[in-house]
Amino acid sequence: MSKLHVTTSVNGQPEEVLCEPHQSLLDVLRDELGLTGTKEGCSTGDCGACSVTLDGRLVCSCLVLAAEAEGKEVGTIEGVANPDGLHVLQQKFLEHAALQCGICTPGFIVAAKVLLERDPNPDETTIRYWLAGNLCRCTGYDKIIRAVQDAATELAHEA
Amino acid sequence: MIKVVFPDHLMPNTEGVRETEVDCDSYRSLVRELERRWPGIEAVLAKTAVAIDGQIYQDAWLETIGPSSEVFFMHRIEGG
Amino acid sequence: MAEAHDLKVIGTRPVRPDGVEKVTGRANFGADLHLPGMIHGKVLRSPYAHARIKSVDVSGALAMEGVLAAVCRSDFPEETDDLGRNVIARDKVLYHGHAVAAVAATTPLLAEQALDAIKVDYDVLEPVLSIDQAIADGATLVNEEMHTNGDASQPASNVAAITKFERGDAEKGFAEADVVVEGEYRVPMAHQGYIEPHACTATINEEGKITVWCSTQGHFDVRTQTAAILGTSISKVKVIASEIGGGFGGKLSVYLEPLAVKLSELSNRPVRMVMNREEVFRATGPTSATWCKAKVGAKKDGTITAATAWLAYEAGAFPGAPVGPGCMSVLAPYDLENFSIEGLDVLVNKPKVAAYRAPGAPQAMHAMECAIDDLARELGMDPIDLRLKNAADEGTQAPYGPKFPAIGLKACLEAAKAHPNYTSPVPEGCGRGVACGFWFNIGMQSSAEVLIREDGTVIINEGSPDIGGSRASMCLMAAETLGIPYERINAHVADTESTGYCNMTGGSRTTFATGMAVVQACEDIIAQCKERAAMTWDIDADQVDWDDGQAVPKPGVNADVDPLSLADIARAWGRTGGPILGRASVNAQGAGAGFSVNWTDLAVDRETGKVDVKAYTAIQDAGRAIHPAYVEGQMQGGAAQGLGWALNEEYIYDDNGVMENAGFLDYRVPVASDLPMIDTQIVEVPNPTHPYGVRGVGETPITAPLAATSNAVCDALGFRVSELPMSPPRLLEAIDSQEG
Repeated sequence: MSKLHVTTSVNGQPEEVLCEPHQSLLDVLRDELGLTGTKEGCSTGDCGACSVTLDGRLVCSCLVLAAEAEGKEVGTIEGVANPDGLHVLQQKFLEHAALQCGICTPGFIVAAKVLLERDPNPDETTIRYWLAGNLCRCTGYDKIIRAVQDAATELAHEA
Repeated sequence: MIKVVFPDHLMPNTEGVRETEVDCDSYRSLVRELERRWPGIEAVLAKTAVAIDGQIYQDAWLETIGPSSEVFFMHRIEGG
Repeated sequence: MAEAHDLKVIGTRPVRPDGVEKVTGRANFGADLHLPGMIHGKVLRSPYAHARIKSVDVSGALAMEGVLAAVCRSDFPEETDDLGRNVIARDKVLYHGHAVAAVAATTPLLAEQALDAIKVDYDVLEPVLSIDQAIADGATLVNEEMHTNGDASQPASNVAAITKFERGDAEKGFAEADVVVEGEYRVPMAHQGYIEPHACTATINEEGKITVWCSTQGHFDVRTQTAAILGTSISKVKVIASEIGGGFGGKLSVYLEPLAVKLSELSNRPVRMVMNREEVFRATGPTSATWCKAKVGAKKDGTITAATAWLAYEAGAFPGAPVGPGCMSVLAPYDLENFSIEGLDVLVNKPKVAAYRAPGAPQAMHAMECAIDDLARELGMDPIDLRLKNAADEGTQAPYGPKFPAIGLKACLEAAKAHPNYTSPVPEGCGRGVACGFWFNIGMQSSAEVLIREDGTVIINEGSPDIGGSRASMCLMAAETLGIPYERINAHVADTESTGYCNMTGGSRTTFATGMAVVQACEDIIAQCKERAAMTWDIDADQVDWDDGQAVPKPGVNADVDPLSLADIARAWGRTGGPILGRASVNAQGAGAGFSVNWTDLAVDRETGKVDVKAYTAIQDAGRAIHPAYVEGQMQGGAAQGLGWALNEEYIYDDNGVMENAGFLDYRVPVASDLPMIDTQIVEVPNPTHPYGVRGVGETPITAPLAATSNAVCDALGFRVSELPMSPPRLLEAIDSQEG
């Protein structure tokens, strides 16, 4: 079976990949592009560890075929930090100890970033339901929610 | 004389004896005496934990034992 | 030991040294290593829960294009132990998903397809799928050679072991009681649920030197286990621990590593093997399903006069359920003279159980804490007051034998009683439930090397895979000991050839034992620094003090000199003898037990059976919280796991022994919208055997929530549901049968 030639953009950089038709965007990001920050937790779209953005929309990259990224803009954890430093969310996750093992952290940060872009002032319930697609087994979510709340407050002050 | 207590699962190795007294001042000499009474028990004790006066040791090889100490053998605890 | 008010950095909340790598996605976990020429391994797993293997033929797979190696039982030394028999099945498959063969191919898809070409001839046998089935007369035997407690004079049995603990006379104690309550409880098999599946990459060179990169809680154990299963020596095996995406006890044994090494040997290529989520559920090590009975009696004033427990644990395919620790923890919070506990280790055709956070304790303590709760209700006593009346304290003889040294149970109970979340009334429509928690905590062996750079900054090398922020705690303890800023220290988890021997990260031992080694290695550094200063000042080393990160002459010593910092000494170390490194190794004894009290307020929707957890509070004795945020994190994470297990998590098996819910959709762990904020309070009753008073904190948090949740549901509904999980269908059925 011959490979597909996919032209896409990842974190603002143009990328061309050769991939199998069945390969997911997750597979291609990790194994073809070497961007291993996006993680595989379940491959069935249930855990959110593979969260990326596709044209600004939050998706599970394990449920997106690599071929579907053709002509689209993919955003991964590797593209979250600013050129001059960490994104506020990343900083707050560190300050609030919102990670223990850290495997779910990239997915949470990508997901929370999309939330705060859409709703700069979410209440606790909104945050919890938005992040319900990201599983964490270590933290019980408490410090993650507080980190997102704090990031929202700080981003509002910066604005 | 120190008091030595065995848990249920070690009693097959002590001919059913649960509690005994031993004259010794170190864990090493305790084990030697127990092996003298019940040959073969030393190998079994190597896989147990022991509490000496309330402190639990997975490896008590270096420990001294006071004259009125209490020694309890017990399951090794691992954890997860 | 330093008093809390003398500590400068311990107790603060700095950013962890590995933090930036983790929030940017740079940190490398088990599946993140990419080696040139790497190929992919996959496992063929048994479609039957119980069968004899008549033959395995991998030749069909080997003939396929892209397949470079295939292995089965004949590729591994025949003489092995249960772990080896679990890694690859020998004469029988003992659970659905048991590994039978493995292949390696140039792509994961080709490897997957090659599995279909492997021919296995099975003689299918009837599976044993519950304790009830396993102990029934005439039960099918999981292992025809298994005799209870090794007693070959008795017939073969599925009960591998019976354990007993007794003191006093329980029958007499019950006769003296004014109130006796009893109950029977079922807790399901549950999975640790770590988000990162097992993953490893293995290579072997022409000298037979093996390198394994893997996600593990104990890379020295990976070395031991892999070498043993392959029949090679540990000197040929180097293991590099990747960052680990959760373990909770489930990553203490190898599953893939020996297979990956063998495939690498046969293919002459590096081999990566990663489990998918289904495999993680079906074929790693969940924890025991249990059937427990608890009975407790007390006088009118609440004094407990006797208690008994019967605790039957499913071990899975091989013996070794954590029933011993279950028996030892079930009554640990109580000071009582008369009790009798019996525990059973029962074989069933399910995966071999592995440790899951305080292994054995959650199930047993659920039973007894529910019975204690019913006792409080019968007596008309507040559940915390009842516990305070009977609480174990310093000097109490623990049910497992020794007298407790200083412990924090009473401190936790008193803190709970005074806590605003407890003094506040139960919200409208809710029930409240309380429970105690406990874990022994362990010490064991750790090593640490502390290296100084020429600029006086510090590197710590140790061998404890970091599952929850332990590197931050190591840096805090080093900063406190050396008297230098936290920011000047970095900590690494080094591989098995680069640091001294270290037992696994588990048992709540890391901050305690590895911390102890780090502190001692820093003290080694200080001693050397004093010598270098003494040389510089031309005085004796015993005339030098180390104060706030600097060498200074002792008071009264006649030496008009400026203090020398670690940086000063390092800069000049060429003149005074060479580079400075410190080291220590410990076999840490005296780990302090950790007690907790948890309570929760929740509401039950009687129409749907759904539970809404409104509030959860956890109070725990940490001895000394080195980094309070990570201690709180352990308390919150354990509470969440306990809530999930109590309310939704269970392995659902069909009659053939096939797990029906092997995915995160139907094995429903708590998500962010299921939980409230989890309030915590850290109590500190220092443990005198640790330089800073540390007690382990990682495991105790899961031991109270099962009962706290059950007790809250009982309070909300007015009757008890004794089978977990209290999922909506189960609660609805219970509600309907109460009302009907």
